[in-house]
Amino acid sequence: MAEVLVLVDHTAGQVKKTTAELLTIARTLGTPSAVFVGSDVEAARPRLAQFGAEKVYVIDNADVDNYLVAPLAEALQAVVQQASPAAVLLPSTPHNKEAAARLAIKTESGLITDAVAVEAGDAGATATQSVFAGSYTVKSTVTKGAPIITVKPNVVPPSASQAGATVVPVDVQVSDAAKGAKITAREEKQKSGRPELTEAAIVVSGGRGTGGDFSPVETFADTLGAAVGASRAAVDAGWYPHSSQVGQTGKQVSPQLYVAAGISGAIQHRAGMQTSKTIVAINKDEEAPIFELVDFGVVGDLFTVLPQATDAVKQARS
Amino acid sequence: MNIVVCVKYVPDAQSDRTFNEDNTTDRDNVDGLLSELDEYAVEAALKIVEAGEGEVTVVTVGPDQAADAVKKALQMGADKAVHVSDDAIHGSDAVATSLVLAEAIKKIGSPDLVLTGLASTDGTMSVVPAMLAERLGLPQVTQVSTLEVEGGTVKGRRDGDVASESLEAQLPALVSVTDQINEPRYPSFKGIMAAKKKPVETWSLADLGVDAGQVGLDAAWTKVESFAARPPREQGEIVTDEGDGGTKLAEFLVAQKFV
Ligand SMILES: Cc1cc2nc3c(=O)[nH]c(=O)nc-3n(C[C@H](O)[C@H](O)[C@H](O)COP(=O)(O)OP(=O)(O)OC[C@H]3O[C@@H](n4cnc5c(N)ncnc54)[C@H](O)[C@@H]3O)c2cc1C
Ligand SMILES: Cc1cc2nc3c(=O)[nH]c(=O)nc-3n(C[C@H](O)[C@H](O)[C@H](O)COP(=O)(O)OP(=O)(O)OC[C@H]3O[C@@H](n4cnc5c(N)ncnc54)[C@H](O)[C@@H]3O)c2cc1C
Repeated sequence: MAEVLVLVDHTAGQVKKTTAELLTIARTLGTPSAVFVGSDVEAARPRLAQFGAEKVYVIDNADVDNYLVAPLAEALQAVVQQASPAAVLLPSTPHNKEAAARLAIKTESGLITDAVAVEAGDAGATATQSVFAGSYTVKSTVTKGAPIITVKPNVVPPSASQAGATVVPVDVQVSDAAKGAKITAREEKQKSGRPELTEAAIVVSGGRGTGGDFSPVETFADTLGAAVGASRAAVDAGWYPHSSQVGQTGKQVSPQLYVAAGISGAIQHRAGMQTSKTIVAINKDEEAPIFELVDFGVVGDLFTVLPQATDAVKQARS
Repeated sequence: MNIVVCVKYVPDAQSDRTFNEDNTTDRDNVDGLLSELDEYAVEAALKIVEAGEGEVTVVTVGPDQAADAVKKALQMGADKAVHVSDDAIHGSDAVATSLVLAEAIKKIGSPDLVLTGLASTDGTMSVVPAMLAERLGLPQVTQVSTLEVEGGTVKGRRDGDVASESLEAQLPALVSVTDQINEPRYPSFKGIMAAKKKPVETWSLADLGVDAGQVGLDAAWTKVESFAARPPREQGEIVTDEGDGGTKLAEFLVAQKFV
């Protein structure tokens, strides 16, 4: 069976859950091979092996990290030329989508982004996307080259399947042209200690209705082990960091449970959370559009409803 | 400083967006507008030119109605516009769109800066800027929330998930901007009047020397096989808080096994 390439998402060799998900999908399309960019492959190998990577192509080249996107695209191109894969899967991050875009042009291959499912079909890999703010589901295939598909987090449960994870070093010479956009400084984000927004099973978000006080939102989130999100109104007001924004121009989340507190439910916000499995809202205004989406809604003040819900959840647990 | 801004004409997200029989996006039976996210790119271009000198040209690839999108950018203050319109473009994917845009940009001249939005509000792929950079051989300084152009260098900050990165490139470069970068201006009355006299050129594929066989539905490298409206969510239970709203919420979460 042909190889299916999976770009590994990791920090210093710590492999993220999305990679296990993509390797699980890759096994349904062909023989999974991981593509690892960085110098810590040995830290990553056991996990890549556990989820079925037969090979691990390793690109250990500082240029790929020091310049924006173009060198990664060149590196991926080198692996594609070597492996002639049946498909290339990447986690849907802004950086990866751009690398995938350049790779598509370089290798003359069709590109599908933000897939919420990928299946083997008669015409090769078939990807499902949720479009127009979640109001339509479309299925697409690629008609030219090896399908390049970026996949959202949480679309399949990762399942283990032990494989060899043989390391295959790939020598990449990054061209001068690809070194046009230099990364001159990098400032790590502060860690909140909470799960990552896009990977969390539960997300609790606050909006303008918090009036800037996110404490009931945070406390409720922490009792549920949830990530905290925010509407753009809350972010623009400076109440929460932009990296927490859920919506069209923020994070697209698809958790098991999404709780919107003090959020009206504008179309741009819905675009980022409408595919959540279960949706709950707390809003003072019974006419708020968010209530059109909910499985459960409370018309009320978040400053009384959330603390009471927090206590009741704690009690139910004990 | 010559700046080209790519602006897309999109179906209004507030109205019911849908598909045609050939699985392409319906652009006729729905109100269209300048993709809101491209207003940030237009604003960024205007600011740069106002701080020094130069000219802002907007370019769009889209159906006849796309001329409306271009008008908005001219009203905001852009100097001139190019509208690439050709029946053969119908159903093009991002790859073909980037090809047509790249050829249009070459024909406009050799801009110092090509500016785009973060993503269109219909396709929302966020890939056309990177494809353009690849095709035009320009460094990409993409998804930036700040932008400075000084002495032939462009600098910007890109806010990623794990880190914020400072980026730098020599001009000419391709830049895409996020909605954090500025507050786009509303067209003034003067701007609206002035826009009426600004030149809008309409180019066909032949004008660009692009073979019609390279674009459109049949030439697309991706194919939409089917579309389906998401079944409407069943209206869930809505309670009004009468002192026990939080308790009821917790009961729901327990019943759904989230607790
Ligand atoms: C190009 C573009 C991109 C955008 N991208 C995004 C995006 O990615 N994400 C996003 O969220 N928005 C986005 N927006 C903005 C979006 O249109 C809305 O303006 C925004 O989502 C509103 O945020 P909100 O719901 O918090 O505020 P509001 O709409 O002001 O709603 C506040 C809600 O809180 C309720 N409330 C007030 N007090 C309380 C209380 N004490 N208890 C309970 N409820 C209370 C009110 O009844 C109201 O419904 C975008 C807009 C544009 C133009
Ligand atoms: C399910 C689905 C169905 C689709 N169906 C169709 C269809 O039927 N017909 C169709 O034409 N497209 C369709 N598209 C969109 C098409 O495939 C591409 O997505 C589109 O041509 C360009 O990509 P984008 O809109 O995602 O732009 P992005 O990559 O998100 O755009 C980023 C930036 O590039 C610039 N830009 C992008 N497009 C243009 C343009 N045309 N003119 C000027 N500047 C531009 C803008 O500055 C924009 O902010 C569909 C997309 C999806 C996901």
